Amino acid sequence: MTEKPVNQKAWFLILPVLVCVAFSAIVPLMTVVNYSVQDIISPERRVFVGTEWFAAVMRDQDLHAALWNQLKFSGAVLLVQIPLGIALALAMPASGWKASATLVLVALSLLIPWNVVGTIWQIFARTDIGLMGATLERMGIDYSYTGNASHAWLTVLLMDVWHWTPLVALLAYAGLRSIPDAYYQAARIDGASKFAVFRYIQLPKMRGVLMIAVLLRFMDSFMIYTEPFVLTGGGPGNATTFLSQYLTQKAVGQFDLGPAAAFSLIYFFIILLFCFVLYNWMLRLGQAGKQEGQS
Amino acid sequence: MTEKRFHKRSIFLIAYLIFALLPIYWMVNMSFKTNQEILSSFTLLPQEFTWANYKLIFTDESWYSGYINSMIYVAMNMVITITVALPAAYAFSRYRFLGDKHIFFWLLTNRMTPPAVFLLPFFQLYTTVGLMDTHIAVALAHLLFSVPLAVWILEGFMSGIPREIDETAYIDGYSFPRFFLTIFLPLIKAGVGVTAFFCFMFSWVELLLARTLTSVNAKPIAATMTRTVSASGMDWATLAAAGVLTIVPGAIVIWFVRNYIAKGFAMGRV
Amino acid sequence: MAKIQLDLAHSYKPDPKVDGDYALLPLKMDFEDGGAYALLGPSGCGKTTMLNIMSGLVVPSHGTVLFDGQDMTRATPQQRNIAQVFQFPVIYDTMTVAENLAFPLKNRKVPADQIKQRVGQIAEMLEMSHQLDMAAAGLSADQKQKISLGRGLVRPDVSAVLFDEPLTVIDPHLKWQLRRKLKQIHHELKLTLIYVTHDQVEALTFADQVVVMTRGKVVQVGTPEALFDRPAHTFVGHFIGSPGMNFLPVTVRGDVLEIAGAHLPAGGGRHLPDGVLTLGIRPEYLELGATDKPGAVSVRVQQVQDIGTYWLVSCDASGMPLKLRLAPDVAPPAVGDTVGLQLLGENTCFYQNEKILP
Repeated sequence: MTEKPVNQKAWFLILPVLVCVAFSAIVPLMTVVNYSVQDIISPERRVFVGTEWFAAVMRDQDLHAALWNQLKFSGAVLLVQIPLGIALALAMPASGWKASATLVLVALSLLIPWNVVGTIWQIFARTDIGLMGATLERMGIDYSYTGNASHAWLTVLLMDVWHWTPLVALLAYAGLRSIPDAYYQAARIDGASKFAVFRYIQLPKMRGVLMIAVLLRFMDSFMIYTEPFVLTGGGPGNATTFLSQYLTQKAVGQFDLGPAAAFSLIYFFIILLFCFVLYNWMLRLGQAGKQEGQS
Repeated sequence: MTEKRFHKRSIFLIAYLIFALLPIYWMVNMSFKTNQEILSSFTLLPQEFTWANYKLIFTDESWYSGYINSMIYVAMNMVITITVALPAAYAFSRYRFLGDKHIFFWLLTNRMTPPAVFLLPFFQLYTTVGLMDTHIAVALAHLLFSVPLAVWILEGFMSGIPREIDETAYIDGYSFPRFFLTIFLPLIKAGVGVTAFFCFMFSWVELLLARTLTSVNAKPIAATMTRTVSASGMDWATLAAAGVLTIVPGAIVIWFVRNYIAKGFAMGRV
Repeated sequence: MAKIQLDLAHSYKPDPKVDGDYALLPLKMDFEDGGAYALLGPSGCGKTTMLNIMSGLVVPSHGTVLFDGQDMTRATPQQRNIAQVFQFPVIYDTMTVAENLAFPLKNRKVPADQIKQRVGQIAEMLEMSHQLDMAAAGLSADQKQKISLGRGLVRPDVSAVLFDEPLTVIDPHLKWQLRRKLKQIHHELKLTLIYVTHDQVEALTFADQVVVMTRGKVVQVGTPEALFDRPAHTFVGHFIGSPGMNFLPVTVRGDVLEIAGAHLPAGGGRHLPDGVLTLGIRPEYLELGATDKPGAVSVRVQQVQDIGTYWLVSCDASGMPLKLRLAPDVAPPAVGDTVGLQLLGENTCFYQNEKILP
């Protein structure tokens, strides 16, 4: 395709979008920045404190606990969901009515309101009225997601796997479907084993979508709030308190606006960094894809 | 040679589907029981099958209004999002202009922001503007996340349409609005479908902002569900029924766009 | 190197009744060992289906495929030991050129030093020896196609190499280079090569024998010369040649031919049945002369185009279009002139129901 023409009037087309997003984004963000550098002792008395809040937040023990918890969680999420999602995509049928039916069933968990996800698992994991809880108990395991910290953590992980693996699977599935038949035919002719087909054809061709899946799952799990909140409320203790909940507790619960605002900005910048990486990666992918299309 | 492979994969697929559907089945199961039965005995199928829970939700205004509220702001969000995203996506797809790459990136960053960061500012902003507890407030708040996504997805689909089509239309004397509505839009049907799906998906499931910005009038179903504790203890049966009903719209939407889902994900833009 | 014999038909419907139900109408063909064949025809004529049946990617619904006399109808591509080059380059992105070429041999558990030797041989033949350690993904399309080809050639006992429109994505100025390379390889290795294309130039320059197909049917098999001079079917006459053969309806009454408003004696010892036939003559063989010369048909010149290597003159013969080619050094007639054309010559063919009359 020929080069895109330069047209500054295109700004008019963008204007509605800018207005909507700016209204929702810039104004609040400015508020946050405002709060992060002030001590609001009362609505009338505000003192400029510079970076004091930032420093205090970084020293907060609760933050360290939540951050460490979060990193472990996001790491575990990736370790489980990426391979599982790929395996699921490989197992899903490629065409026919079975493909549509499987797609609907697999995608179902993505469309459940997040609090309902939490509720479903809250019920499911209880030992008195939940299928999983009762089954575990009958198997002799002293299972309790309210009392036992590691049980709670694992249950939250299991819930997230149940909830979000389909996203990875659907991305990988789309990547797989884009591989032309000729590659599989050539592999048959070359006498390649099933594993060789996976390693040399499928995996490389899925590289793009998988990278997106990795970055998306990392970022989304880094921001997770509702599901663990509904399931465990962050407990027992702070075993399942992750970063978003830490922030919400500070802002709404304790009404420590200053530190909360400061942490909001830090939180935001961490994710911004990952977003930058994602964006550049996708740009590179897009260019590589165009090259491949031309050759 | 292929038989064994299919067998192993089918078994794995079925196992996963069971894993995926089990919790949902359990909730459906519970929604047809009475609270008594839930607490007293443990059964795989309701012994005393009852519609009472669903009846309650459909008749009690405090329950069904929750669904209606959710659907209202989700619909608002979808309409506004697609309306503003279409021209913007067209601009990004067809033209270069000052700051285009930077604006695109900035749009994406909004999708990537933790909603928790906006909690307090939104609360204050909407209170100041007097839009607290309205459907439009939630729809506007959700715009923050759905518009960038919509622009992103639509831009991808639009870039797949050769510019020659636009040029031919101009030569043939079409005005821009007419060209856009009668020629261009039908070509990117799939893209609009995918976008609508993701808008719906995000807005329907989001809780934090929806709950923060509403109290009574525009309270979404998600918030209603948290108030099922009464004097006699947790109202599990009604809760389960409410949960099941929240899945239904999602299932319907997936069914309608099932053929486009693969395409949408193929753009790698989720 | 193998001789391939086909005696089959292919239909996607379980119980085909009419011709339209068949993807490949019943045919019987032999591909001799070491021959270079082209399957030529427009899109949808069934040539790729035939190729895939030969390679083993498709099993024919009726009939058999024999390799050197052995029934391989249900055998896998691996078992038949064929190689296939596809429309777009199919290479393993994560490997170097050398690893790509070595892949089929590695899967057969050939010892490493033998692999290295063989890969070196093939790379030299393809003029890619200095690129062996480069990443395959970064090369240009024509080089990637060479790698695809190389993977097929690297097996010393490959029975046949099948090409499915391999030059489609190659830049035009590189196409002739690759074609020349293919001919070279054919000469050296004496492999059976079967080449599918819709481009007649490719087919006619590459193959010893061309199989012309249309709508699932094989209409003619022959050398490029035979296809040009004696098309067995009006489709072949029309498809081959640039522009294709001229066709005119002619009514035969005994010894007289009524054509384009003129009555001509049949002559030339030809015995044609009475009735309405089709006369076919190539633009290259139409002779220009005076209108009163015996055997000439009067036509009016409508357009004269300078193609560069020849003149293309479009004429109107009593409502029927005719095109003729003139050498570039001959002065063409002017537009509007009435000239005489000799329609009957030794290269004129007659057709009944689209098939040629002897």
